[in-house]
Amino acid sequence: MQPTTLNQTRLLDLQAGERGLVISLGSGKQLISRLTALGFTPGGELVVNQNYAHGPLIVTVRGGRVAIGRGEAAAILVERRDE
Amino acid sequence: MSCHSDTATSPALDVENAQRTTLIALAGQPNMGKSTLFNLLTGLNQHVGNWAGKTVERREGSLTHDGQRFTLVDLPGTYSLTANSAEERIARDFILHEQPDVVIAVVNAANLERSLYLLAELVSLPAPVVVALNMMDVARQENILVEPEVLEAALGLPVIPMTATRAEGVRELFAAVQETLAGRRGLVARLPEIREDHRESLRVVLEAVQGYVPAPYPTAWAATKLLEGDEEITQQMRALLPAERWERVHQELMAHEDAFLAVATGRYEWIGRLVRAAVVRPRVGQIGLTERLDRWAAHPFWGLVILAAILGGVFWMTFQIGAPLQEWLDTQIIGRVSGWLAAALVSAPLWVQGLVLDGVMGGVGTVVTFLPILVIFFAVLGLLEDVGYMARAAYVMDRFMHLMGMHGKSFLPLFLGFGCNVPAVMGARVADSRAAQLLTILLAPLVPCTARLGVLAFLAPAFFGAAAAWVSWGLVMLSLGVLVLVGVVMSRTVFRGQRSAFVMEMPLYHIPNLRTIGLLVWQRSLSFLEKAGTTILVFSVVVWALAALPGGDLENSWLAGLGRWFEPVGLWMGLDWRLTVALLASFFAKENSIATLGVLFGSAEDAGLASTLAGIYSPASGLAFLTVSLLFIPCAATVAVIRQESGSWHWTLFSVALTLAISLAVGAGVYALAVWGGL
Ligand SMILES: Nc1nc2c(ncn2[C@@H]2O[C@H](COP(=O)(O)OP(=O)(O)O)[C@@H](O)[C@H]2O)c(=O)[nH]1
Ligand SMILES: [Mg+2]
Repeated sequence: MQPTTLNQTRLLDLQAGERGLVISLGSGKQLISRLTALGFTPGGELVVNQNYAHGPLIVTVRGGRVAIGRGEAAAILVERRDE
Repeated sequence: MSCHSDTATSPALDVENAQRTTLIALAGQPNMGKSTLFNLLTGLNQHVGNWAGKTVERREGSLTHDGQRFTLVDLPGTYSLTANSAEERIARDFILHEQPDVVIAVVNAANLERSLYLLAELVSLPAPVVVALNMMDVARQENILVEPEVLEAALGLPVIPMTATRAEGVRELFAAVQETLAGRRGLVARLPEIREDHRESLRVVLEAVQGYVPAPYPTAWAATKLLEGDEEITQQMRALLPAERWERVHQELMAHEDAFLAVATGRYEWIGRLVRAAVVRPRVGQIGLTERLDRWAAHPFWGLVILAAILGGVFWMTFQIGAPLQEWLDTQIIGRVSGWLAAALVSAPLWVQGLVLDGVMGGVGTVVTFLPILVIFFAVLGLLEDVGYMARAAYVMDRFMHLMGMHGKSFLPLFLGFGCNVPAVMGARVADSRAAQLLTILLAPLVPCTARLGVLAFLAPAFFGAAAAWVSWGLVMLSLGVLVLVGVVMSRTVFRGQRSAFVMEMPLYHIPNLRTIGLLVWQRSLSFLEKAGTTILVFSVVVWALAALPGGDLENSWLAGLGRWFEPVGLWMGLDWRLTVALLASFFAKENSIATLGVLFGSAEDAGLASTLAGIYSPASGLAFLTVSLLFIPCAATVAVIRQESGSWHWTLFSVALTLAISLAVGAGVYALAVWGGL
């Protein structure tokens, strides 16, 4: 899926310190089920803790820290939250 | 369950009830303190094995409390119960089919929002649940005020605040378990519901399956699982439902493919209500210790530096403590026992002496001298895991392991292979999926272990003089190159498309719990001794018999015959029968190849032997021999744990065949190149 509005973006494109609301989780039943069990659900809030140009991201979601691969983060669509 | 309240009120049955053991299952997400609680309750009264046919640890223990006997089963730590992984299927099947009397759900008071997700699934299963609200100390430290009574009322389940590391709350936990068994607590659990927009779908599915859901599944649970797209339940219900009913279910599922998210969101809504009721959290968004440490430990550059330093430390320790200990065990224990046995057997026939002293004691010696290194590795692994560092090592290595279609999680076990292939294979179980575990197990023997490096260090100087260091370095690089190549090829062929997504929790850093680590080391070592130990002993006796029979001297033995028989193959690599025999003997233990050459050339295992060999064989043959040695079939101990960890002879034989084929092919290639290059 591609971002449709200005404020929508891929999780991959959020910088460290930025917040977002999950819009969709991408595809693949197994991946979606693992993501939800770790706290990613549409409407849920997340904060990116670390996102260097390579290697997985670290994201805090529902109070837990989760490492997520760049491929997986590219499939997650979020709405950027300004603060 | 009702049957227990019946027996509890009847005095005649009370006696029987007291003797019958009560089955308790411990469930929880990873890092909630489940194992800490399990160890606290059972101590050394536990048995570690595997779940039938799986590479997942099964820990069971027993204890007596107030004269009542309990059996405790530590279910695998899982984030949910969706049957996506072996662990999830095990946990869920255990609760559904073994029907424990009570399930203790361990949750983290400092992070209820996430840790209640598993509970949301547990409460829908037909077993009474008691909630162990663990890590109360952490919650207090972070100024998170959790009110257990409020949570209990809001959940409709007994909630017991605990700090497992300080043994706080155990008495209360047992009181709650006993009350629950007796049906005395009088609570009614509140169950999570599917998100509002999908209630109608659930109703439709529920109606269609009503009366057709097989025991022991609760109907509402099965209906929810259908909406979640659970494969196991979907298949079963498709087979059981009359066509017309299945069609109705199918239509509904097709129309609502997003139902899974509605179910999950419903659970988080339920959690949200509970958390709002029971948790007061004044400080949010503070930068915790974990975040600060991760700025270094998970940094793409500094993370690698820290990892390298830690691994360097591990090996330094292994050689500082492990090697002398190994030697001490070898001379003081094995040497002495062999001495006594030799004295006791002076009048026994020669073959009995050989069998006992060389065959059996040789095997025992290998097992025993393996132990110090294994214990150190298990302890370090346990420590890194308990502190929370393991996830960071996996994190920083992930992008490199990606090349081989693997996860960062497989890095540490493989790296340990440099010390010894045995813990590498045993560590493979940290990988996420069966495919990743198998790939790690298959690659581990290609990491040159200390014993192989020892052979390299012994022979290289004699053959290559000043260039020895470069040759050794080149050969190690060659075998690592082969490893990467095999990984790349296998992940694109045998395990094609099986790389699961990289999503991993980064647990908070903890002060290590020595009791947990101690028990882990104890259990792993015991398991090695039990399983691998016996296999090694058998191998040892067999190799001894091959080397000693029929005449008693190696030169005319069956092993030598085997070497001569294989000589034509050996000649591709410039190896005569003696070098071939040395390779065959290395199957028993890698350093054996030197010992065998010592016997064959009638000289001691010192520099004399190395220069004798260098005098007889060309550098090309020497190079080929070292190449094959590095890549050859893993030693007996490794093969034994490959069998144990893969749970299959098929994969064990595959591993042996793979390493054999690779070592012969690369060896022949290196030999041809060396001869062509004029060596
Ligand atoms: N501070 C604190 N740490 C705990 C408590 N219970 C467990 N831990 C620590 O949390 C970590 C994970 O515990 P463990 O029992 O291995 O979790 P499991 O994955 O659920 O089996 C370990 O470092 C434990 O020492 C507790 O009540 N308080
Ligand atoms: Mg555990």
